[in-house]
Amino acid sequence: MPKDHGIGAPIRRREDLRFLTGSGRYTDDINLPGQAHVHFLRSDVAHGRIKRLGTGAAAAMDGVIRIFTARDFENVGGLPCGWQITSRDGNPMAEPKHPILAEGKVRHVGEIIAAVIAETPEQARDAAEAIEVEIEELPAVIDMAAALGEGAPKVHDDLPSNLCFDWGLVEENREKVDEAIRNAPHVVTLELVNQRLAPNAMEPRVAIGDYDKATDEHTLYTTSQNPHVIRLLMGAFVLGIPEHKLRVVAPDVGGGFGSKIFHYAEEAFCTYAAKVVGRPVKWTSSRSEAFMSDAQGRDHVTKIELALDEEGHFLALRSETLANMGAYLSTFAPAVPTWLHGTLMAGTYRTPLIYVNVKAVFTNTVPVDAYRGAGRPEATFQLERVIDKAARELGMDPVEIRRRNFINPDQFPYETPVALVYDTGNYHATLEKLEELADLEGFEARRQESAARGKLRGLGINCYIEACGIAPSNLVGQLGARAGLYDSATVRVNPTGSITVHTGVHSHGQSHETTFPQVIAEMIGIPEDQIEIVHGDTANSPMGMGTYGSRSIAVGGSAMVRATEKIIAKAKKIAAHLLEASEGDIELKDGKFTVKGTDREVAWADVTLAAYVPHNYPLEELEPGLEETSFYDPANFTFPSGAYACEVEVDPETGKVEVCSFVAVDDFGNVINPMVVDGQVHGGLAQGIGQALLEQCVYDENGQLVTASYMDYAMPRADDLPSFTVDHSCQTPCTHNPLGVKGCGEAGAIGSPPTIVNAVIDALQRGGIEVDHIDMPLTPVRVWSAIRAAS
Amino acid sequence: MVEISMTVNGKPVTAQVEPRTLLVTFLREHLGLTGTHVGCDTSQCGACNVHVNGMLAKSCTMLAVEADGAEIVTIEGMAAPDGTLGVIQQAFQDHHGLQCGFCTPGMVMSAAALLRENPDPSEEEIRAFLEGNLCRCTGYHNIVKAVRAAAEAMG
Amino acid sequence: MYAFEFVKPKTVEEAVAALREGEAKVLAGGQTLIPTLKQRLAAPEKLVSLAGVEGLRGIRTGDGVVEIGAGTTHAVIARELAGAVPALAALAGDIGDPAVRNRGTIGGSLANNDPSADWPAAVLGLGATVVTDRREIAADDFFQGLFTTALEEDEIITAVRFPMPKTAAYAKFDQPASRFALVGVFVARLDGNVRVAVTGASENGVFRWQAAEAALGADFAPAAVEALAPPPAEEMISDLHGAGDYRAHLVKVMTKRAVAACG
Repeated sequence: MPKDHGIGAPIRRREDLRFLTGSGRYTDDINLPGQAHVHFLRSDVAHGRIKRLGTGAAAAMDGVIRIFTARDFENVGGLPCGWQITSRDGNPMAEPKHPILAEGKVRHVGEIIAAVIAETPEQARDAAEAIEVEIEELPAVIDMAAALGEGAPKVHDDLPSNLCFDWGLVEENREKVDEAIRNAPHVVTLELVNQRLAPNAMEPRVAIGDYDKATDEHTLYTTSQNPHVIRLLMGAFVLGIPEHKLRVVAPDVGGGFGSKIFHYAEEAFCTYAAKVVGRPVKWTSSRSEAFMSDAQGRDHVTKIELALDEEGHFLALRSETLANMGAYLSTFAPAVPTWLHGTLMAGTYRTPLIYVNVKAVFTNTVPVDAYRGAGRPEATFQLERVIDKAARELGMDPVEIRRRNFINPDQFPYETPVALVYDTGNYHATLEKLEELADLEGFEARRQESAARGKLRGLGINCYIEACGIAPSNLVGQLGARAGLYDSATVRVNPTGSITVHTGVHSHGQSHETTFPQVIAEMIGIPEDQIEIVHGDTANSPMGMGTYGSRSIAVGGSAMVRATEKIIAKAKKIAAHLLEASEGDIELKDGKFTVKGTDREVAWADVTLAAYVPHNYPLEELEPGLEETSFYDPANFTFPSGAYACEVEVDPETGKVEVCSFVAVDDFGNVINPMVVDGQVHGGLAQGIGQALLEQCVYDENGQLVTASYMDYAMPRADDLPSFTVDHSCQTPCTHNPLGVKGCGEAGAIGSPPTIVNAVIDALQRGGIEVDHIDMPLTPVRVWSAIRAAS
Repeated sequence: MVEISMTVNGKPVTAQVEPRTLLVTFLREHLGLTGTHVGCDTSQCGACNVHVNGMLAKSCTMLAVEADGAEIVTIEGMAAPDGTLGVIQQAFQDHHGLQCGFCTPGMVMSAAALLRENPDPSEEEIRAFLEGNLCRCTGYHNIVKAVRAAAEAMG
Repeated sequence: MYAFEFVKPKTVEEAVAALREGEAKVLAGGQTLIPTLKQRLAAPEKLVSLAGVEGLRGIRTGDGVVEIGAGTTHAVIARELAGAVPALAALAGDIGDPAVRNRGTIGGSLANNDPSADWPAAVLGLGATVVTDRREIAADDFFQGLFTTALEEDEIITAVRFPMPKTAAYAKFDQPASRFALVGVFVARLDGNVRVAVTGASENGVFRWQAAEAALGADFAPAAVEALAPPPAEEMISDLHGAGDYRAHLVKVMTKRAVAACG
């Protein structure tokens, strides 16, 4: 029987009740009295000089309140970048200004040129169309290698080139790695693309700015994963509004996947304009706008080389990547291809020598930033692809070559050559579990059955590791972060014993409202329904960094545990007073304080009431009340890992790939709610399979986004995917956070793309078609073309 | 402006609208029924699905004037008057068929339409029917499970 | 959307009269027109809804003919023709998604003549007759290139008349994003001849693949198609989802599969 309460119980979600009845409160559901609407006029060219903006006729149209251009933002800062990378030569990265409205030049399709505020959205759009725009089109740079070439057009005229930075990890190892690769018996090389993706949270972004003249207070309602971060960045760096006069509210948010971490121009615009026009200003993104204004993900071009000895032991690894930043630096863009990518190149293996080089490049495309997995999928993909290729070239079994190189369970803590210390893990255990669940033995029979139907069946294996809950703050500060990476919780015990938790993390699908109470319920022994989670409003939660990078339970949850421990310690003192016993003899279990070895007890709610009605209370030693706050700064990352297998069928006539089965075995450490964890893995797998087979952002040579709607950007649909087998019974609890948890939000998206591609290549190879690699997405036309080229 | 009348979740409504008003805009902005969502502008995501005269329809791909005289059911009309979840809604909760909740109203409306025309669908039929509902959170696994469970519960 | 006037006539004559006044467009199921209007890609002054026009809906079969009212939705056709003409029912049942099929109509689809739409393949593949308020147009004359038909500005399709085939099948390969036909091939065996119509593939819209018709006329089997060269790649659409050579190849593959499905 599974538990029905506390940590480990598959409790049904309380948030479902509002979502299933249409009673959720998403940002677009909010309408403020007197609200006006903004429509953004966006550039339809990728690169050009703005010669003239004629707003006169538009301003005179029905319902128009005001039109804004860059001139209105002369006293406003640009959008800040939250992470500074230092190049190999010691210089800081190039950091061009990222204006709210385009200043003089437009640098990507979709960049905001002007904004019209009107009474209705349609009137605002009517007027935006009437603005006379004269743009001198300039040659666009789209391809990264071309952007770095001699004489390439410059995205930013004031920079020496389109290079943002040239970063190495670990620079001291560079020559040793070169030498090891020169001298190795086998070197396997793979050049590959990790294509650009559009995050596509189903809820498009929305921002509503409001200003209260009487109190001089600004409020921004926005679709954000981290309202405190937005308040800090926008208040301090863009608009100059002090925090006590700025409130940021992120109510129910319809998915994020990274795209709602960043501070966007539209948020600053609405906040600023609301004061100027004296009315609330609302913007609701259309999906078409989202494709050209939400930060996109991935977009790496990589060459990876793996050196091996005769027995298939990894000797050295060299990875060289061009990472596309787009036209401007989005909030955390520089961290993604560097510290979130290069540090993961050891994978689950003992490779002794690794060197990673990343050159970040500006192009005339939408800015790129973190998207589910952020850097770790790119690392895993190249590593697990080159290992598969190595197995093939050395004639080894892909399972065996991985097992042979695993870090062994007795080697933890394990320091990798790329700056991480893995605290714990057992990669053999997850792989064994995978072999059992995926029935690898039965594959050959299934392959023959497929062959009888004219289909090529393949098996793909992948073992991933990721780093979650990025930390600790003092270290990431040295690495260039301009923010801390702690999180916070205020645990407020109410007089009659119920609890309200104010957390700095944010739930936009992750189920915190259900899972966080399970932790406290376990610690105190009261029912979950006595505990409420409050999040998403800077006015009622302590400063926290929000939700991304699978950090919520590992960092925010740990803060909540620490605060609850303080609560329990104080409550024990009160209980000791009430029971006239020594504090050391008090135990808390099942919502009761007892004196060790006696039947004397006092209920949780009697203690909490005493804290707020302190008539019989040790006032000389203890303050009344029962409310504690903790800020938790993790000692290290957490390191979820896992082993994945999938089987695919390729139709050799059309190139179409069907995913027949997918098994994911993950080690997430301790699990709070297995039902929720299953769901997180399912979603990650779908996004990863989407990347492997369907999704891509494509720009033409002029910088026009070809895949600008769901007509051309292929989202995974229900019938593109199989049912999944997921397992998280292999658990090596994290050693440095109080819950022993690791985080589960990104694993599926990290582990699945190489699994799928490995399976497709396996299918082709087994079918006698000599194809080494196909770049994602493995669309029918690409697979068919590869087959044709090989035969 | 044109006058339209329709029944929405059992209640008669009459209003003046511009002909270019979409049904979804009418529901959300005029009637305050914000459970119906807009997730795309190319008629593909299904977050806006409602029932029009008992048939599944995308309320973003229909004018409010086209619904003149129709009976409309939205997600707000799917639970019992006392708030008890309907069988499909309950199955979605029981099987964790939703995460962020944004696509959920459309999913529930589609699932209800499917089970009306096919009370005992296979997994494959469920996946095929949900072709017009995009979900970015769940990977559809638990949605399919929930619809299947609802079919069984409805017997 | 730009503002427009909305009229809902009760008869075909009223509808035609309404179309003659000002910049007007017919609104059938709206599953293409409304997204077009939302994107502001069209700016009609008036929409003439056919929803209230009598006699445009329903399916009549008999005398070797299936006549489908232009206002009949894909969903109704998928349901009601499953027994009589399974190829048409299957084609209708795979258009868009269930919500689109509940509102989209055969007449609307034909009048729009999207190069990736499914109905043009069936109409051309069966050599159907498009019936309008004023005349009957043979399928071979109706389709005149991308989004272009023989219809006059104020002409309204009232029905489509299909001859009952001996056997027929439609094989469609989906464009992965939109799920429109990347290539769709409708193959029909009629009295005395075989017709093969291809949608999704050509720069010029739906077309008959005459080489395949001749080969299949002599030997109605997938092997007869196998021996053919695919249609010229340079006449096929080239885009992100497939260059001309891929589409040309798929025309052949889907033709074979349609023939095989004819049994």
